[in-house]
Amino acid sequence: MTLAVFFGCTFIAFGPALGLFLFTVLRDPLRIIILIAGAFFWLVSLLLSSLVWFIAVKASDPGDEPLQKGLLIFGVLFSVLLQEAFRFLYYKLLRKAIEGLVALSEDGCSPISIQQMAYVAGLGFGLMSGAFSMINLLADALGPGTVGIHGDSQLYFLTSAFMTMVMIFLHTFWGILFFHGCETQHWWEMAAVILTHLIVSGSTFWNPLYVGSLVPSYLLMFATGAWAYVLSGGCTQNLLQSLRAERDKPPARILRVHQELSPSAAPCLPCPPSGAVSWDLQLPSLQYHFSLLEWGSPDLSLLEAGVRGLLQPGSSQQTV
Amino acid sequence: MSGDTGVIHVVEKEQDLKWVLTDGPHPPYMVLLEGELFTRELMLQLKGSSRISGLAVAISKPSPAQGFSPGLKCPNDGFGVYSNNYGPQYAHCNWTVWNPLGNGLAYEDFNFPIFLLEDANETQVIKQCYQDHNLPQNGSVPEYPLCAMQLFAHMHAVTNTVTCMRRSSLQTAFSLNPEEVCDALSDYNVWSTLKPINTSSKIDPMDEVIIVATRIDSHSFFWNVAPGAESAVASFVTHLAAAEALHKVPDVQKLPRNIMFTFFQGETFDYIGSSRMVYDMQMDKFPIRLDNIHSFLELSQVALRNSSVLWVHTDPVSRRNESIQPQVKTLVEALINSSMGANVTLQEVSQSQPLPPSSFQRFLRAKQIPGVVLADHRTSFQNRYYQSMYDTAENILMKYPEGLSPEETLDYVTDTAKSLAEVATVVARALYQLAGGTGNTSAIQADPRMVSRMLYGFLIKTNNSWFQSIIKQDLKGLLGDELPQHYIAVTTLVNTTQLVQYVLANLTGTVVNFTKEECLNPEKTPNPEKEMYVYTWVQGSRDPNSTSRVPFCVQSTVHLTKAASPAFELKQWGSTEYSTWTESRWKDIRARIFLVASKELEIITLVVGIAILILSLLATYFINAKAHVLFSSPGDGGAVAY
Repeated sequence: MTLAVFFGCTFIAFGPALGLFLFTVLRDPLRIIILIAGAFFWLVSLLLSSLVWFIAVKASDPGDEPLQKGLLIFGVLFSVLLQEAFRFLYYKLLRKAIEGLVALSEDGCSPISIQQMAYVAGLGFGLMSGAFSMINLLADALGPGTVGIHGDSQLYFLTSAFMTMVMIFLHTFWGILFFHGCETQHWWEMAAVILTHLIVSGSTFWNPLYVGSLVPSYLLMFATGAWAYVLSGGCTQNLLQSLRAERDKPPARILRVHQELSPSAAPCLPCPPSGAVSWDLQLPSLQYHFSLLEWGSPDLSLLEAGVRGLLQPGSSQQTV
Repeated sequence: MSGDTGVIHVVEKEQDLKWVLTDGPHPPYMVLLEGELFTRELMLQLKGSSRISGLAVAISKPSPAQGFSPGLKCPNDGFGVYSNNYGPQYAHCNWTVWNPLGNGLAYEDFNFPIFLLEDANETQVIKQCYQDHNLPQNGSVPEYPLCAMQLFAHMHAVTNTVTCMRRSSLQTAFSLNPEEVCDALSDYNVWSTLKPINTSSKIDPMDEVIIVATRIDSHSFFWNVAPGAESAVASFVTHLAAAEALHKVPDVQKLPRNIMFTFFQGETFDYIGSSRMVYDMQMDKFPIRLDNIHSFLELSQVALRNSSVLWVHTDPVSRRNESIQPQVKTLVEALINSSMGANVTLQEVSQSQPLPPSSFQRFLRAKQIPGVVLADHRTSFQNRYYQSMYDTAENILMKYPEGLSPEETLDYVTDTAKSLAEVATVVARALYQLAGGTGNTSAIQADPRMVSRMLYGFLIKTNNSWFQSIIKQDLKGLLGDELPQHYIAVTTLVNTTQLVQYVLANLTGTVVNFTKEECLNPEKTPNPEKEMYVYTWVQGSRDPNSTSRVPFCVQSTVHLTKAASPAFELKQWGSTEYSTWTESRWKDIRARIFLVASKELEIITLVVGIAILILSLLATYFINAKAHVLFSSPGDGGAVAY
């Protein structure tokens, strides 16, 4: 259907994923590696499950319609289970990786936490799954024709694009849920992931009745998204706070004193949040360890002024 | 390169064309035309319109009753002998229009692809798609999605031969990876002599040769479709039968004059084969010179004789010459004498009528030679499908009874075959007399069964048992099951040329007792006669009891000479003296049908996509900026995970 449909469907399917990738993954090389490795794990799971299905199809009678349909259902089932198994394997691998990263780091803290890894791994799974679903269709969408000469629906490209978008989101949320379940030994979370994956994949058998597959998938996406948000430390308060904070934005950057240190002892601190700049300021009697929370762009002149303000003898501890 | 796409519209009557040209709201259209409507008027209307992106013509079965010929009214005009210097009143068909039904469509330039649909099932699929999606409902405009067709037929050459040959030569001269855009039409002429001659040297200037000539190629509007039954096949089959009949006469090797049986390739395209042979004779590159030619006998279209009359055409201008006129009279008399007792009546046309388009005209251009052209038409052609896709076996009235197996059909003798065999008998007897033979000619008879087999092989199916037995072993791809066609093409040695070569060798040659080694390498065995003959190792017929074949060696005098226009040798690409026909190069030729959606739906998809992209980018930026707020639980003193 020409270039318009090609670009339209690409943006629908991969727009949100592109946004997530650009803003959260691109800056950090470690996240990029985890994303690509995640994509590779999904790819291997697909390869193995498609091998099983292929062998089953070749060994069976091609003319037997119900048998072929049954084999397809079996193939989808097996593929879902295998994908989740590989997600578990990837979790194990990342756990080992964290130990390695801790050993390599200077301050004994891993630069990336398991929750961030969960999110990026899920996104990797989703991106590769989306690419496999959508690339063939996009190549055909470039041609002059559209679907329908044998009676199929004209909206095939659009619905496939929306389905791909929802699958990418779902994989991301499943990643977060699954890893959290593995971390905290909450087996029901892992079971929920597998169950929802089966439901979503199974609902696609209702196609070409696209309402039957898209509506449940979107509902499940919102549900799992909310669950994943809660598990990541969010709540409705934060949501409202973020919306409010948008309106009266304080001029300051910094500065929340992280911890006061005595010159002698230097115990291991809880790891500073990533994106934060640690600042060791040598002062006559005290050593302050400041953490600069990234909140807009750091303005160093203000930092200096704030520090001076704090250090005026007799002044109370202020948080600016 | 990306094909032409258009919404399908079926045109079954003249009124349907209005929708395509003016009324239809979804141009450009791809027209599916019934064969009956494929006329010059309609095509010129389509040519001028910008609402057409292509045309598919469904072949009309049976052939259109009013006749159809995409050739010119005056075939090969300007390349024959009649010009302003030679018989100006006969030039440009001023005296006789040879092909009055010719509409010249094949010589028009169309800027959209035109395909032929020969299979009625395919046409039905396209019509079904049209009826399902493109028919207006209750007088209103049909809604999207609409059924569309895409035709791929990109031609790399443009304008004319001079332009494309210039571009090709620049490519070959300067490019590391030359991309040539066109090729000259070329192939090979097949010729054989009654008495063997030494081809590596010239024959004695005192020797006289009678040349018998026919063309073996044809043409139609569509590429690689050229059944050419009446225009070429019937003539060369008759010629082959006459050659066979002559070779059976016991005392032919002692005849005073030699006879050369020549089969010219490329005559449809301004006499490629004959102009090349004349050029070679003039340049002394051919064993026989123009001075050796005693007389010329050509068989033009001979299959549609009206009440068994065969007309004898001569050239009025050369007959004014006092030395030529008596020789022509002798020729005609020999022919009329030979027709006694046969079911052929030979009559001379009016002496002031020019020659029809024939290879003899090229020889006359070089030197005045006495000669005749035999045809079944007195003035204009009897053939109402001259050089078209309808010039098939039905056109020459070949009828087979129902229910015959392929083997039985091969051996069945049709009335057409009998009629052509009679013409061959007359020609053979006349040639015997002209060559100086003095014996009784009533024993010279052409074999109708052989004629019928050849007609079957060249018009219906080349893959038959007889053809299989006379070809070389490693040429399996030569014989096919589809309808044979005789277009000269640009690849060397098309199937027709090779088959004519093998049939001629089989009919005029002798079986010799050589081993395969001796047959394939005749120069190894010492024998002075070796240079006069050509040896072919053919695979032979299949043993009825076993599956293997019994191959044998055939000794014949059949040779091939190049049939490429001298214009390309001389690099005169704009020549008006020699043929300059070329064929464009192309990569793939295919077609497909599918549905197209409305522009509105496409734009909506694009807009929705861009909106989702912008929305998601904004949302992600916002969430990322507020990540510390969104993902921090209130009990936590500040240690956040994100």
